[in-house]
This record gives sequence, C-alpha cells and structure tokens, in this order.
Amino acid sequence: MKSNTQAIAWGAFSDILALAAAIGCIMLGLLFAVAGRDEAIAFHGWVFAAAAAIAAVYLFKYTFESSETSDETGYFDGPVRVATIATVFWGVVGFLVGDLIAWQLAYPVLNFDLPWTSFARLRPVHTSAVIFAFGGNALLATSFYVVQRTCRARLAGRWSPWFVIWGYQLFLVLAASGYVLGVTQSKEYAEPEWYVDLWLTLVWVVYLLVFLGTLARRKEPHIYVANWFYLAFIVTVAMLHLVNNTALPVSFLGAKSYVVFGGVQDAMTQWWYGHNAVGFFLTAGFLGMMYYFVPKRAERPVYSYRLSIVHFWSLIFLYIWAGPHHLHYTALPDWAQTLGMTFSVMLWMPSWGGMINGLMTLSGAWDKLRTDPVIRMLVVSVAFYGMSTFEGPLMSVKAVNSLSHYTDWTIGHVHSGALGWVGFVSFGAVYCLVPWLWHRKGLYSQRLVEWHFWVSTLGILLYITSMWVSGILQGLMWRAYDSLGFLEYSFVETVEAMHPFYIIRAIGGLLFVIGSLLMAWNIWRTVRGDEPVDMKDQPRIAAAPELRGSSGAALPAAAE
Amino acid sequence: MAKPEIDSVTGVETTGHEWDGIKELNKPLPKWWLWVLYASIIWSVAYWIAMPSWPLIADYTRGVLGYSQRTVVAKSLEDARAAQSRFLDRIAAADLAGIKADPELLQFSLAGGAAAFGDNCAPCHGRGAQGAIGYPNLNDDVWLWGGTLDDIHKTLNVGIRSGHPDTRDNAMPAFGRDQILEPAQISDVTDYVLSLSGGEANAEAAARGKEIFAEQCAACHGEDGKGNIELGSPNLTDGLWLYGGSRNEIADSIRNSRAGVMPAWEGRLSPETIKQLAVFVHSLGGGQ
Repeated sequence: MKSNTQAIAWGAFSDILALAAAIGCIMLGLLFAVAGRDEAIAFHGWVFAAAAAIAAVYLFKYTFESSETSDETGYFDGPVRVATIATVFWGVVGFLVGDLIAWQLAYPVLNFDLPWTSFARLRPVHTSAVIFAFGGNALLATSFYVVQRTCRARLAGRWSPWFVIWGYQLFLVLAASGYVLGVTQSKEYAEPEWYVDLWLTLVWVVYLLVFLGTLARRKEPHIYVANWFYLAFIVTVAMLHLVNNTALPVSFLGAKSYVVFGGVQDAMTQWWYGHNAVGFFLTAGFLGMMYYFVPKRAERPVYSYRLSIVHFWSLIFLYIWAGPHHLHYTALPDWAQTLGMTFSVMLWMPSWGGMINGLMTLSGAWDKLRTDPVIRMLVVSVAFYGMSTFEGPLMSVKAVNSLSHYTDWTIGHVHSGALGWVGFVSFGAVYCLVPWLWHRKGLYSQRLVEWHFWVSTLGILLYITSMWVSGILQGLMWRAYDSLGFLEYSFVETVEAMHPFYIIRAIGGLLFVIGSLLMAWNIWRTVRGDEPVDMKDQPRIAAAPELRGSSGAALPAAAE
Repeated sequence: MAKPEIDSVTGVETTGHEWDGIKELNKPLPKWWLWVLYASIIWSVAYWIAMPSWPLIADYTRGVLGYSQRTVVAKSLEDARAAQSRFLDRIAAADLAGIKADPELLQFSLAGGAAAFGDNCAPCHGRGAQGAIGYPNLNDDVWLWGGTLDDIHKTLNVGIRSGHPDTRDNAMPAFGRDQILEPAQISDVTDYVLSLSGGEANAEAAARGKEIFAEQCAACHGEDGKGNIELGSPNLTDGLWLYGGSRNEIADSIRNSRAGVMPAWEGRLSPETIKQLAVFVHSLGGGQ
C-alpha cells in the first residue's frame, strides 16, 4: 500500500497531467479550427477546442482552487451517473430520429428537401445514436458499475474514467454533427471520418486500461462472467474499429479520407466489422449487462456456471467468422460465403446459451414477473435475444437469404434484436441503476415502468410483424415471373406495396419513442429525489444497497 | 474447502463463488443444447465437404458437389434466354409491323414491353404511361416526334437530347431570357397562343401577338400553330400542354424555353426489348 503522502503526490501529478492534456487538446482543436481545409473540420475544431477548454477550466479549478480533498476510497460512481443519464438522453434522441426517418420512408415529403434533414444523412444519425450513443453509454455505465461491485474494487484511475465518459460523448457529438453536415466515409456503422476515428481510438484504449486496471486490483479470487463479456466486447471492438477504419486522409487538415481496401476486400472487411459490431457490441457487451442485472434483480443464482463458460468461449470463437453472410450471392468467393453461413448456423446454440442462463436464472422466482416490471423487461429482452439469435442463423442460410436479402425482413430482424434485446435489457439496467446510484428508496413510479413496458412491447410487435410481412412480400414480388419469363412487378410497384407497412412500422416506432419518454420522466423524477408514489409495490432490491432492509419491502429510511 | 452450499429453492449445489451477492449453480450443460450444438457442427462439416469452403494457398476446397455460384447464374441466364428464344429470334428477324400482325409475337411483346416499361420508363412517364408535367402522356394520340411504330422505335433508340449521335433534338429560343422579345411582346404572344386552343385571351393583345408569332414562331410551330412532327415542335392548338397550359406556364415556356431529355436506349436495352417496347407503347391507345 502506498503511504498517504505518496497518494497525494500521485494525485497532484495526475491533476497536472490531465490539465496539460486538456490544454494540448485546446491547441489541437484551434489548429483545425483555424487552418482546417473545409468547413466541417473547422467546425469540429471549434467543438473540440471548446470541449477541451471546459475540461481545462474544470481541472484548473479543481487543482488550484478546491480546498476539499477528494475521497478515493469508495466506489467511483460519478462517471457511471453521467453515462446513465447520457444513456437515457441519447436513447430518446436516437429513437426520435429513427421514427422520423421511418415516417420519411412512408412520406418522402418529410425530407423537407434540405440536405441536413434528408434520409441519407439522418439514417446514420439514427444508427449511431442508438447503437453507439444509447447502447454505448449503457455499456460504459453498467461495465463501470459492475466491474467495481463484482471485483470489490474502486475504478482504476483518477481522471481516466471521466475522460472515457466525456471523451466518448465528444466522439458522439463529432460523429453525429458530421453526418448532418455530410461528412462520412460511407461505411455502414463506421461512418465517422479519420480524425473522429482517431479520437475514439484514444478514448477506447483508455477505457480498456481502466477496465483492466480495475480487474487487476480486484479483491475477489475469480473474475465474474459479466466481466468476461465486457472485456471481450472492449478488446474486440478495438480491433474491429482499427482494421475497418484503416484509411488515408487526403490532407492532415481536411475531413476527407480514403479507405485502404477496395472492391470485394473492402466489402468483406466492412461486414467482418459490421457483423461483429452486432456480435461484440450488441451481443457480448449486453450479455455482460444481462449476467449482472438479471441474477441481481431476481435475487437468484445464475442457472449454470458451466454453461456460461462453454457458451462464452464458443460465442467468442464462432462469431468472428460469421460476417460473410452479409454478402451472399455477391462477388464474394463461394468459399467465404460457405464459411459465413456454416459458422452462423453453429453460432445458434452458443447464442442460446446466454438465453438459457438468463431465463433459467428465474427458476424459483418466476412470480416476480407478475409483480416487478423491471425484471419482466429484463426477461422479455432475453426472450427477444433468443428469437433474434434463432432468426439470424436462419437468415444466414443461403436458400433463405436469397429471399430475405435486401428486403425489410433484415430491418425487422435487426430491430427485434435492437428494440427487444438491446433496448429492453438497457432499460431494465437503467431502472435498476438509478435508485442504486442516487441512493433512492426506489423508482419514482413503478407504474410508469409498467406503462413503458407495455407501450414499448406493443411498438416492437408492430414494428417486427409489419417488417416480416413487407419483407417477405417484397422478396416474393422481386422474384415473381410471368409465364413468358418476364418480371411480374416493376421495382416501383414493389415500393408502392410497402407503403402501408411503412406506416405501421412508423406507428410502432412512435410507441417505442413514447415509452422512452415515460422512462426519461420517471428517471428525472427519481434522480431529483421525489418521493416514490408506489413504494409498497416495489421490491426490496429496487432500493439502493444501503437502504435495503434485511427482508420484505424496502425500509422507508436509510438503514445505516 | 467446506461442504458445497446447496441452493434451497432448486436443491442444486452452487459453485461456492459469490460476487456482490450473485452466486452460480453448478448445473451441467442442458443435454438438448449440447446435442443441437454437436448437430450443427456435424452439419457444417458435411456442408464443407459438399460445397466450396476452406481457402488454400492459391485455391480453395471445391467441394464434392462441384457447386459454383457463377456457373449456376450463367446456367439460369442461359435457361431463361433459351426459354424465350423461340419468340426473341423471330422478333429479331421481323419488322415492327410484322410483330404487330403476329398474334403470338404481339402477346409476347406486350408482356415484355410492359415489364421493360415498368423498370425503365415508368419513373418519368408514370406506371400507367399517363405522363407528368414535362413528361409526355403516351396514352393519347399527341406525339411530338411521331406516333407510328417506326417513329416510336426511333425515339426509343436515339432518345431526345440524349447525346446519341442521331438523337432527336431541337431548340426553342428562350425569348425572354435571351432578350429576343420584350416582356410586353411575350405577353401578347401568350395571348395569341392561348387563343389558338380557344383559351381565354385578350383579343387585341392576341392580334398583336399573331404578328410576332408569324415572325418568330411559325417557322417551327407552323402558320396555324399546329406544330411539325419532323421538327418535334408541338401542336399549340390541341389544348394539351406538356408544361402546363395556364397563362403563367405558357409565358414561362416562351421566356425560358423548354428542353426535356429522354435517354437513348440503344445499347442499354437489347434490340429485341426496344422493339417490344415500341409495340407496347404503340398499343397504349395513341399509336398511328
């Protein structure tokens, strides 16, 4: 153990280092702002410099003006709180933009004939906002929370966790504003240009170091399964990001760059990235979340330790091969398509291992589904996970893919995973986390969680059923021939046939947005410290750990 | 180590680990899960043996079934062509009138023309060929460049202002933009043009406009304003307007001219398909 003076000296050293880094970032931002070759990069230079300046002012005040000495003994939850709020904020933004573009598909006039509001620019805003902003912040928040609790160790680093959280928000702002301004490298889910990619790389490496550092100082003999998944997510996403974004900037001060790969190699790299973004960001990361919050909320042991080991390693090993199934019947060589398809099929059971462990953890506690909407949300998310991870291998089979590819079926599949699995498991985690993090006795209103659950579930069902019907209809129309060998339908006719389903989908999306607004309201009231309106209905576990009684409902006051 | 703890609800022992209150049961893998996993692996291995799968240094394992996506596509294209060749060979040999006269070829051409029209022409001319502002209606008997089978066939081949060496082309002057006529004169001509199709027009202005028309417009549109198919100049007396027949729209056409574009389909669609399209469009109602 370090002595107290040594700790203080280290603290001062890292304060100065952080301040110096912030000042360096201001300079870098100003360089781009003043000397940038195009408006977009100059604008981003200003944003970057402004963010760094705010950080520098805060660090300066903290280092030289603050008299209080910080307590570095307990859990480090400030960054977790910020990321939790950011999850809710970006979630609402991402769902809103998603629903807007859903209406645009039904009524193109909603593009408003402006470049900034066109579908082409808003679509990546939607995908990045829900995957990286909503999902990413949920993963940051929960991974930082879970790794501390399951290691019984404070988060490593003094400023690093803060840097990870705020640096990630800066990345999101740079990415989203770039899309609206037309800055893109045209790689799906990897649209940000080279300078934004570099910034994310830095943030991500620090994230990895913080996570590893916390694991290293753990006071538990074993590493909990949730942390394996989180670590796999962090490491693999780093690798995917670096390889897929290998690009040469045209100029050091310009936004434009060219990806080093070309043709089918580029397509293969892109979908190796794209599919593993699904596998390691949206699956492995969120399985980590599931492995903590489901047993914690249900207050039951995880169903099978062995299953968690076997399905973890088989999932990690098999997922990385499955990307080529996005390129069936293209210029991709036959052998790569075969491998993509077979590995996707073999992936079915490893994926379902997570579902079994999630659902069966409820054994002995199924009655809680009736009384606790939070656990219901978590369990339904696992059910959606199971459904999408069956549908995925099915769609990767070439014979099925020849019908489903390029149709709305794919969109429906993605959203049953995104809304049902990623969305619900994150909502469940947020509903757990907020009272725990803000030392509340429970949520402001459990009844609002009920409403959120039912409104969103209805929305998801409308979304995925309409996309199944329209996708299969679309696929069948495309391949319909008349007796003389001519196509039965023109492309325009197939688009017209989609119109009613696009409206149903947009209504489903609207319900999902409404659900998220209910959540935002509920979280806001809980954070603000309003007295819960239905405390008697909330389970003991809803309260912050220090406010839980030993049995029955949560105690009305702090038990400490 | 102490005796393993037993979970009281399930009666299963735990692994003895605990993290923040979370324990794990020491349950074996579900049997059905393991067997389905094995089955999917066995199926995959069988698939690898049958199909192209593993990359080698300069080649890949071809699979015992000898499957190749390229061969399959080439074969299905070949089959489709063979199935239609009975008709296509005769269409290639026949002239347009001959196709129209042969009931079998006519039926084939109408089906093929409709399919080609839907994917290539409908975006501008509309799914029912009803046209839109700037894009002619193909159901009526008003034709800018002629409505016989041969005229339509030529328009399809060479396009209009398409860049094709033989493209159909003409140019109406922009009388206002290029300051050939004064605004007042344009207004007068507008009245005259409106009067040609019985529209509401100021008689005095129309009389003045008539003189200007004779000087500036008649060369292409004819003394009587009935247009000239040789030049692609529209008939102004039929009350049908490609760019709208309101006073403002007509005045705008005179001021700024109009020059719509249609692509040349020669080289983009097969000669047989273009013939089918010509027959299809001719049969829509206005063919001459």
